[in-house]
Amino acid sequence: MSLFKQLTDKPWERKGVIGGLRPEGVFESPPERVALGLFLTVASVIFSLLAVSYVLRMSLPDWTPLADPSQLWLNTALLVISSVLFQWARNTANAGKQKNLMTAFVGGGVFALLFIAGQMLTWDNLQASGYFMASNPANSFFYLLTGIHIAHLLGGLWVWSKSSIRLISGGKPEDLRLSIELCTLYWHFLLIVWLIMFAMLSNT
Amino acid sequence: MAYVPLADQDAETEMHHPHSWVTKYVWSQDHKVIAIQYGGIAIAVGCVALVLSLLMRMQLGFPETFDLIDPSSYYQSVTMHGMIMVVYLLTALFLGGFGNYLIPLMCGARDMVFPFLNMLSVWVYLLSVLILMASFFVGGGPTGAGWTLYPPQTSMAGTPGNGMGIILMLVSLAVFIVAFTMGGLNYVTTVFQYRCRGLTMMRLPLSVWGILVATILGLFAFPALLVSAVMMLFDTLLGTSFFMPAIIESGTPLDYDGGSPILFQHLFWFFGHPEVYIVALPAFGLVSDVLSTHARKNIFGYRMMVWAIIAIGGLSFIVWAHHMYVSGMNPYFGFFFATTTLIIAVPTALKVYNWVLTLWEGDIRLNAPMYFAIGFIFTFIHGGLTGLFLGNVVIDLPLSDTYFVVAHFHMVMGVSPVLVLFAALYHWYPKVTGRMYHEGMAKVHFWCTFIGTYAIYLPMHYLGFLGVPRRYYAMGTTDFIPESAQDLNTAITIAALFVGVSQLLFFINIFWSLRNGKEAGPNPWGSASLEWQTPDTPPAHGNWGDELPTVYRWAYDYSVPGAHQDFIPQNTPESEEPTVDDQHFDPDHDVSKADL
Repeated sequence: MSLFKQLTDKPWERKGVIGGLRPEGVFESPPERVALGLFLTVASVIFSLLAVSYVLRMSLPDWTPLADPSQLWLNTALLVISSVLFQWARNTANAGKQKNLMTAFVGGGVFALLFIAGQMLTWDNLQASGYFMASNPANSFFYLLTGIHIAHLLGGLWVWSKSSIRLISGGKPEDLRLSIELCTLYWHFLLIVWLIMFAMLSNT
Repeated sequence: MAYVPLADQDAETEMHHPHSWVTKYVWSQDHKVIAIQYGGIAIAVGCVALVLSLLMRMQLGFPETFDLIDPSSYYQSVTMHGMIMVVYLLTALFLGGFGNYLIPLMCGARDMVFPFLNMLSVWVYLLSVLILMASFFVGGGPTGAGWTLYPPQTSMAGTPGNGMGIILMLVSLAVFIVAFTMGGLNYVTTVFQYRCRGLTMMRLPLSVWGILVATILGLFAFPALLVSAVMMLFDTLLGTSFFMPAIIESGTPLDYDGGSPILFQHLFWFFGHPEVYIVALPAFGLVSDVLSTHARKNIFGYRMMVWAIIAIGGLSFIVWAHHMYVSGMNPYFGFFFATTTLIIAVPTALKVYNWVLTLWEGDIRLNAPMYFAIGFIFTFIHGGLTGLFLGNVVIDLPLSDTYFVVAHFHMVMGVSPVLVLFAALYHWYPKVTGRMYHEGMAKVHFWCTFIGTYAIYLPMHYLGFLGVPRRYYAMGTTDFIPESAQDLNTAITIAALFVGVSQLLFFINIFWSLRNGKEAGPNPWGSASLEWQTPDTPPAHGNWGDELPTVYRWAYDYSVPGAHQDFIPQNTPESEEPTVDDQHFDPDHDVSKADL
């Protein structure tokens, strides 16, 4: 039943059990996926507000664009590989296969860790070249945006590490299917956020 | 992975049975215990804010008489009073307290979807409160920047608490937002996914609708506060210039350049205005249920009430700049925000009409919760009408920095939600504790609070028209403020002290009644909604015993023609003739008519 139809329902007229076991309006999805969807919306609001602030602050006269560090391309590649590996793990788990599942899932997280190491290296290099956090708002935003993105990745890695331990200690793919699927969704989301952020940082 | 209906889930795996005193009352994953923990912390910290307001009133009413606070601690009191009341008391008590208690019970669920996350939420909330309270004990004291924390003055010398005070405030807010997000994800997912058999969205009581939409607002609005708090922390700690402009402090140029204080204001109010409705919408929902139950009549215009809650929630995101008229903006922007502000009055007024029409020809039972609920209608109309004045740019500009604004927002989002809180606390007290509160004491509490708050805030409107500026530690002597204004200020302070002290009645009542109150029975008000139909009172762990309820009707079947009693519980099948016995309704315990 569509949302609009639900909202126009006249509850004082309809009596009896509506919808049987599944009450109308319940999403055909486990609650974890619904909650993650909701969280991704919240995270999108955070990143959108940061983007709006970035654009507004950019228009002020003291803005000096940051030289785009070439290392970011390598970091982007690491995150793309991480996301691809998660997708591979999800497909494998959905097919109920065990083969390569551990490689793909654990590998996905390891590449995310490498991405974080790469970002930190980029920070180091920027500092060494004199692009300090407080020296220009463009620099400040670079550190802030990448930092908040890393914080989100770390949250994902916490869930990933719990699932990885279960997988390594002999967990069945069926039991881990939901965790793997949600990790994959989260990683794709953070990849998209990073790509938009990277495009924004490189073009301004 | 397919959806598993709630009714088919293994009850044992869902219930997280506590095994010791600690897991039952401290590290509890039971939504009811968590609700009481949330409520207890919120009310405790609210008392701190209440005491701060009385200190301020003592200074304003009797300047140069008492030596309780100096100008610095006055500003610190203003700031902490505002922030604690809005965020740490009202938001936490409505959503963390009532949301936690009522959502699973009204949805016919055993608990929240993620009980562990729920437990984490209340402890992280406590952490945020402790961080905030810690700022009273650091060098320089808590921040005195005003609850809006506008830069650049927040971190400039001359503003009290510009060192550790502001840092602790920002960290505490960030931690609070983490706690709220954990709780909020739980509330929304539980309402969507854990409704029992037959419970459609449009059969939910309005309390759940109010809490649901307010939580969604919070999930979208709090990120703005988080982003601005993090950016301001960077400005304060790391020397960035997100918000800090080039500025001179005591003759010395500071190391900031080019930041935009207005950007902070936009971010803050993008959170700040929806925050008003994060507090108001649960109040709207709860008061609707209290009015309907005690008027023995279905809520008037249920669908309109739901649509109004959703419409107000949506509109609340496009009115924020009406808080910034005096900051200066493009006149077209001002026109836009004034228009949207006036439009939001339409669904709000609709709700007020529906509350009044619910009372119309109802079989009204003037129990204490009903006193508070009807009192709310009065205070909310008064606060709402002055909002229509202030929503217009030309009227707002001269009144913005006067006591008129103080009177307006205290009536609309101070007194009104607090009256609903008391209505709801008294209304659900018998379910939470199994005992009745003392009716007479509750009614005395009502009259002291209701008349007392009017005595405080009505004269403030007049002070505002006189041009008495708000935020001032002392008025001094000015030509445009007559001496009689000071008499009024004294009277307001006396009323404030009276209201403050009379809140003791509430505490005495709820603690005294825990042991000495009459046994309430499962459904003392004869309420139709699901939370009153639990097999145990107070509800046991798991809420519903062996079998989850099935819902056959909406939550407002009161005074149905032809029915044997004046309410039909939601879980009564259509074919079953409702009788006194099978509704767990014991006439000996029918205290709803006790005082009539």
